[in-house]
Amino acid sequence: MTGFRTLFYKEMLRFWKVSVQTVAAPVLTALLYLVIFGRALEGRLAAFAGIDYAAFLVPGLVMMSVLQNAFANSSSSLMQSKITGNIVFVLLPPISYLEFFCAYVLAAIVRGLVVGAGVMLVTVWFVDLRLEAPLWTLAFGLASAALAGALGLIAGIFSEKVDQLAAFQNFVILPLTMLAGVFYSVHALPEPWRRLSHFNPFFYMVDGFRYGFFAVGDLSPWLSLAIVAASVFFVSLVCVLLLKSGYGLRN
Amino acid sequence: MCALDGVSLAVAQGEFFGLLGPNGAGKTTLINVIAGLARADAGSAAVMGADVVTDYRRARQMLGVVPQELVFDPFFSVRETLRIQSGYYGIRSNDAWIDEVMHHLDLTAKADANMRALSGGMKRRVLVAQALVHKPPVIVLDEPTAGVDVELRQGLWQFVRRLNRDGHTIVLTTHYLEEAEAHCSRIAMLKAGRVAALDSTANLLKSFSGSQMKLHIGRERLPEGFPGEVVSQDGGSFVLKMGNFREVETALAQLREAGIEIVEMELQPADLEDVFLRVTGR
Repeated sequence: MTGFRTLFYKEMLRFWKVSVQTVAAPVLTALLYLVIFGRALEGRLAAFAGIDYAAFLVPGLVMMSVLQNAFANSSSSLMQSKITGNIVFVLLPPISYLEFFCAYVLAAIVRGLVVGAGVMLVTVWFVDLRLEAPLWTLAFGLASAALAGALGLIAGIFSEKVDQLAAFQNFVILPLTMLAGVFYSVHALPEPWRRLSHFNPFFYMVDGFRYGFFAVGDLSPWLSLAIVAASVFFVSLVCVLLLKSGYGLRN
Repeated sequence: MCALDGVSLAVAQGEFFGLLGPNGAGKTTLINVIAGLARADAGSAAVMGADVVTDYRRARQMLGVVPQELVFDPFFSVRETLRIQSGYYGIRSNDAWIDEVMHHLDLTAKADANMRALSGGMKRRVLVAQALVHKPPVIVLDEPTAGVDVELRQGLWQFVRRLNRDGHTIVLTTHYLEEAEAHCSRIAMLKAGRVAALDSTANLLKSFSGSQMKLHIGRERLPEGFPGEVVSQDGGSFVLKMGNFREVETALAQLREAGIEIVEMELQPADLEDVFLRVTGR
């Protein structure tokens, strides 16, 4: 357990030492989204009945920040270690692949939630936000950060170069996040986009997370949670099997 | 591509073992297999009886590796790096040993410096310290003195020899053959992924190499049946490869008998470089 704890601590220390870049910057980005989109789209985009658009937007922005930062934490840490070669310091000791997985994903969850909490703290001054069902918010926050963290590890395992990781981030994570209903309710979308949104696991995370705030959502939170949990399980399984095989790391 | 082919080696506990070979011979691949950094398609490797795949926890706990590449984590100071590395091996409070290792490697003054701020030689010292934080009984040094100044090299060898005297098994790969000759009691030479020679350093020197004699005489021809093999000649200056010292004795007798005056003579004992060149066919 000490090996796992140390790796987790090291991962936490790594992002905390550059917290201006890893925490403050994404919080500022989310704030800019709120100021610009919240004001520009106020009244133009359909949200939930009786809910101010800026208030509707905040949970989406929080979830977007959680996802992007959890992904960035595990993927960039692993990628940097592979490129600089210091991954050997983690591969040489008797750390199991499960400890490796848990340490990286747990650190990614913490970074995702820290940034998410930061976004909430700064945006709460600009909008009137309720938290009707906090347990749903917490459950979706945790599960979503875990999924993004595990995806980040997979991306880090497969990527040999920074541009490959950037491609994964820009062509997979960013579109899935942006099209997950962060800025709108999928009910406002025409077909086939509305139907297509249901194939995006990130949509269920944003919707379930938002349900925790307003007790209103596009879908039942139980259905969303089931889909998110299944996604977390599947992605984690793939990641653990990759780590067990040593692919991309021990070759 | 086959990086290692039929390599079969056993290093005894407490040995100072050398692993030599030209670039691409498979030395680092072999070390990576032992350290679990690479997986062999076939065969097995064990550290003190612990299989590196099926019993990897025990195998890795008993192994300390100084990697060839000058790698470091730019986020941490020297002390943080060593504490973190100790934790990876399950050691929670290791400051006393960390201080001792830093002292021996002359790192104490840099304990709180960030890794990025260190010179190449200092970073190399930290790599050695990282390999030793868990006091492994087996230490693998992959080119530990590459790009390192004389002072550190001497300090490092002193420290490694002390560890060896204390019972640690040392496996060394190096391009500096004089280092292998000076420290290793047994040597394996790899060539294209195969073991080309494996013996004690003394035997290798004896069996593969002879002394070299530089001879400057007053004429351009050596007497008939002169012992040794002429490696080069420039006028009356000859470089001869002598099989053993008896041949030197015969050579001197023949010169005396033929009345040839020796202007200058120099005898160089066999060294590992000759062995290396012969074994690797260079």
